[in-house]
Amino acid sequence: MMVDRRGGAHPWMANSTPEAKAAMLQAIGAPSIESLFAQIPESHRLRGTLGLPPAIPSEVALKRHMLDLLKKNRDCEANLSFLGAGIWQHHVPAVVDEIAGRSEFLTNVWGTPMSDHGRNQAWFEFCAQLGELVGLEFVGLPVYSWGCALGFAARMAARLNGRREVLVPAGMDPERLDVLRQYAEPEGSGGHIAVVPVGFDAATGLLDLADLRAKLSARTSAVYFENPGFLGVIETQGAAIAAAAHAVGAECIVGVDPISLGVLAPPSDYGADIVVGTIQTLGIHMSCGGGAGGFIASRDEERYAREYPTLNISIAPTVNAGEWGFALSLAHQSSYGMREEGKDWTGNSVYLNAVAASAYMTLLGPQGFFEIGERILQRTAHAARLLAGLPGVAVRYRQGVFKELVVDFNATGRSVAAINAALLERNIFGGRDLSPDLPQFGQSALYAFTEIHTAEDVQRLVAALTEILA
Amino acid sequence: MSAAPKPYRQASWSEPVVMELGAPGRRGFLFPPAEAEVAALGDAASLVPAAMRRRAAPALPEMTEPDTLRHYLRLSQQVLGMMGVSLFGTCTMKYNPRLSEALGLRPQMAELHPLQDPSTLQGVLEILWNFEQILRALSGMDRFTFQAAGGADAAYTHVCVTRGWLAARGELGQRDEIVTSIQAHPCNPATAAAAGFKVVTLPLEAGGYPSLDALKAALGPRTAALMINNPDDMGIYNPEMAEWVRLTKAAGALAFYDHANFNGVMGKIRARDLGFDACMFMLHKTFGGPKGGGGPAVGAYGCSAELEPFLPKPLVAQRADGSFALDVPEQSIGKVREFLGNVHIVMRAYAWARGMGAEGINEASDLSVLANNYMQKGLAAIRGVAVSNPDVTAPRMEMTRYGLGPLKQETGIGVIEVGNRMTDYGIDAPWLSHEPWVVPEPFTPEAGELWSKEDIDAWVAVVAKVCAEAYGDPDRVRSAPHNAAIGKVLAEGCEDPARWATTWRAFQRKHGGAARQAAE
Repeated sequence: MMVDRRGGAHPWMANSTPEAKAAMLQAIGAPSIESLFAQIPESHRLRGTLGLPPAIPSEVALKRHMLDLLKKNRDCEANLSFLGAGIWQHHVPAVVDEIAGRSEFLTNVWGTPMSDHGRNQAWFEFCAQLGELVGLEFVGLPVYSWGCALGFAARMAARLNGRREVLVPAGMDPERLDVLRQYAEPEGSGGHIAVVPVGFDAATGLLDLADLRAKLSARTSAVYFENPGFLGVIETQGAAIAAAAHAVGAECIVGVDPISLGVLAPPSDYGADIVVGTIQTLGIHMSCGGGAGGFIASRDEERYAREYPTLNISIAPTVNAGEWGFALSLAHQSSYGMREEGKDWTGNSVYLNAVAASAYMTLLGPQGFFEIGERILQRTAHAARLLAGLPGVAVRYRQGVFKELVVDFNATGRSVAAINAALLERNIFGGRDLSPDLPQFGQSALYAFTEIHTAEDVQRLVAALTEILA
Repeated sequence: MSAAPKPYRQASWSEPVVMELGAPGRRGFLFPPAEAEVAALGDAASLVPAAMRRRAAPALPEMTEPDTLRHYLRLSQQVLGMMGVSLFGTCTMKYNPRLSEALGLRPQMAELHPLQDPSTLQGVLEILWNFEQILRALSGMDRFTFQAAGGADAAYTHVCVTRGWLAARGELGQRDEIVTSIQAHPCNPATAAAAGFKVVTLPLEAGGYPSLDALKAALGPRTAALMINNPDDMGIYNPEMAEWVRLTKAAGALAFYDHANFNGVMGKIRARDLGFDACMFMLHKTFGGPKGGGGPAVGAYGCSAELEPFLPKPLVAQRADGSFALDVPEQSIGKVREFLGNVHIVMRAYAWARGMGAEGINEASDLSVLANNYMQKGLAAIRGVAVSNPDVTAPRMEMTRYGLGPLKQETGIGVIEVGNRMTDYGIDAPWLSHEPWVVPEPFTPEAGELWSKEDIDAWVAVVAKVCAEAYGDPDRVRSAPHNAAIGKVLAEGCEDPARWATTWRAFQRKHGGAARQAAE
C-alpha cells in the first residue's frame, strides 16, 4: 500500500520513529515487536491484509476528503428547516462552542475530584441550573437521550412500587416510544413492563382523562405525560393527571423540553415525581441526531435517589475550611459498583454536553429563558395563523401550543410526502410526516418553529405552499 | 528512565459556584424582538393557558456574556484532564485530531436534522457506510449499527438483539442466562440483567482467565449468550477463546466479543475469524473520538448475517445507483436510542481511520503493546509495586495490571493516595480497576500509541517518586494533593441523605449556614 509518510513517522504517534521502537525494544530485551504478541495463538492471527482504503495521513488531504463528503449534505443553515420532533434547531451561542471545545473539557476522562475540579463544578452547575428550571432538588448527570431517560425512569418506578405497567400518551413521539418499549422489555422477557397508551382528545390534543381513569389500576406503576406534548400542545391537566396517578399509588413521570420552562410551570408545581427530558435544546448542535441527550430529576428523597442508575455529582467540603469541591454520589448503586445487582446500567454518556448546557443556561439566565419561551410561543402562534389561512390547510391545535404545530393537509388531496418533495425543490425542509406513525391524522405533518425563524421565513414557507398547493 | 518529575502547580481560581455569581438585571444573551405582526398575537401570559404559566422565574444566575466565558474558562483551567500525561487504562487515551472538531462545527455536520430526507444526508450516510466497511474489514462481521451511544449501550444492544433472536426461535424465556467473567466490564452483566437475563459469572483461574471446565459447567439449555472481553484488563489474552466460542455455539447460544481492549489487537485478530456472532468497538476510545469527560460516545455494534435482521432500525444501505438510503431490518428489535446515534462521533472515527490507514492501525497496535511492555519494565522495578499474575511470563498485551499491595502493607499508603499525589506532578491519576478488586490496591495504566517514550519515562518516574515518598514521608502522600485547585475533598457526606446535594437548592436547604458563608 502506498502511504505518503516519508521518514515513517505519523503525526499522531510519537513512537512511530525507528529510533523510538529500537530503543524500547532494546530496553526490554525483545528481539522484535512481533515477539511481544506471543500470547496470541498463531491460529487466531490474521495474516492477510485488511483491505482498507489508502491512508490519508496529511491533514491537508484529509480535510479535502472529509469536506468532499460533508458537502454532499444539505444542511439547515443553507436551507430553511421546520423539522423538530425530538431534535430541534436552536441557536447555539458562540461562547458555548468555545467552552465545549476547550481541550480540557474535550479530552478529560474520570480524574479525581481535585485534579478535575473544574469539570466536576461545571457538571454540578448543570444539575443546579436544570434543578431550578424543573423545580426539583435531585438531578443526575445526563443520560443518552430523552427516550433513554424515560426508559430508566419507568424502570425506577417499577422498582419503587413493584408494579409493571406504565401508561403513556397515545400521541407521544413514536421514536421515543420505541426506545421506551426497549427499556420496558418485550413480553416474555424477565422484567417486562407493559406500555399502555392512553388516548387524547382529538379536538384539543389533551390527554383523555376518562380513558386515563379507565386504565389506571393497582397494576399501574407510573403515568407518563409530556409538556409540551409531541404534538405541540401544552398539557393543562397536569395536576389532575398527577392526582389520578397518585390515587392508585403510581408514580407521575413528566417529560419536558427545558427550553419551555421560562414560560411554562415547572412540573414540580403540578405533582411530578420524576421529571425527564432533553438537554439538546440547551446549546447542543443537532448533528444529525448526535446532539441527543437526556436527564432525570426528582425530589431529593432517599426513596428516589436510591433508584438512580446515573452517576451523580454532589457538592462536598474539602479539608480547607470554607472550601467546596464536588464528588460522585451514590456511585456504588450503579453498575460500576454492583455489576448486575446495580440499578440498570451506566457508562459513557453525553457529559461534554452537560458542560455546554451549563454554559447555555448561565448565558440565558431567568430573563433569557423567559424571552426565548415567549418568542417560541409567538412564533408558533404566528405560523399557525398564516398556515391556517392556506386553502385546504388546517392547523389541528392552535390554542396553548409551543414550538410544534400539527399541519393538516388532508383537504388539499396531496400527501405530505409529495408536499415535502416539492418544498425540498425550493430549499425548504417541511415538517415531520405523521402519516406512517399516527394514521389518525391522515396526511398531516409536524412543523417546528423556534427563535431562529423570522416572520419572513414563515412567509416564505406559506408562499411555497401556496404555489405547491395551487 | 531517570527523568526527575517536574514541579507542577494547577490554576486555583477560588471560583464560586455559578449560582452565586452575577447581579440582578445583567444579561448574557438577547433574542431578536418579535416582528410587529408576530408580537401582535400576544405575550407569554396570553399564549400560555393560565394553569400552566410559570409563576416564579427560575433562580438562575444573571451574567454577562464575557463573565460567563471567563467563569467556564477558569473552570477549564482547573481540569488536569490529559494536559499532562494520562495513561488511563481501559480507556485508551488517544489523540483526538482537532481537524475533526473543526469539521464537527461546520453546518454540513452540526446543522443537520436526523429526519431530513435521506437525499439531503448523502454525505453523512456515505461516511457511515464507508466507516462500516472499515469495521467490517477489522472484525470480519457482516453489518454494523452506530445507534448505541457508548460501549455499555452496545452491550445493551447485544442483549436486546439476543432477545429478538431468541424470540424468533421460540426460545425467549427458556434461554434466560448470560455467561460472563468476573474480569468482563460491569456493563456486560449489568445490561444483561437490565434486559431480563440471569447472569452467570465465571471466576479467574490458573493463567489469569476462567477455565474451560468452568465454562462447560456454566453452558446449557438455558444459556442465551456469552459476553466476554479478550485480552482482559490485566493484559492477558485467553488463548482458548476460539474453543470458548465453539462450546458456546454448540450449546445453542450467541458469542459476543466486548472489544473494549481492541487497541492491542487491531489488525492482529478478527472477532468473526474466532467464531464470534457479534462484537463491539468504542469509537470514543479506540477510534480517536474525544472522551469529553464521558461522551458523547459511540459503541459500534457489529454482527453476523444471521443477526442482521434483528438490528436496531434504521440501517444505512447502498442502492444500485450508488446512493445511500435508510432501511428497516425485517425483524428489527426497534431502537436502543433515538435516530442514527452519535453520527458526529462516527464522522470523527472515520476521519481517524482514514488518517491512519491499515498500516497506521497495525502500527498503533504494535506501538501500544511495545509501549506497555516498556512501561512494565520500569514499573516492575519500583519498590512497593507488584505486577499482577506473576505466573504469566509472556509479554502482556496493551495493558498490565499492577497492585500497590506491598506499598500499602509496608507504608499504609494505598493506591488512591498515590493517585492523588501523582496529580501533584501534573500526571493524571491512573485507572484502578473495575469492581471487584481482584488485585489489592490495583492500578491499570495503558500507554497506547499516542504517548512518547519520554512521556512514559516521565510517568514511571512520577510513580517511582511517589512510592519513594510513601516510604520516606508518608504524610506528604496521605494529605495530597498539595498543588491542585482545591484541597482533598471529604466525600463521606455524598452517601448521606442529610448531606448529599446534587443541586444548589438542595445545598441551600441542607447546608444553609455554610451555603450562605460560601456566598459571602
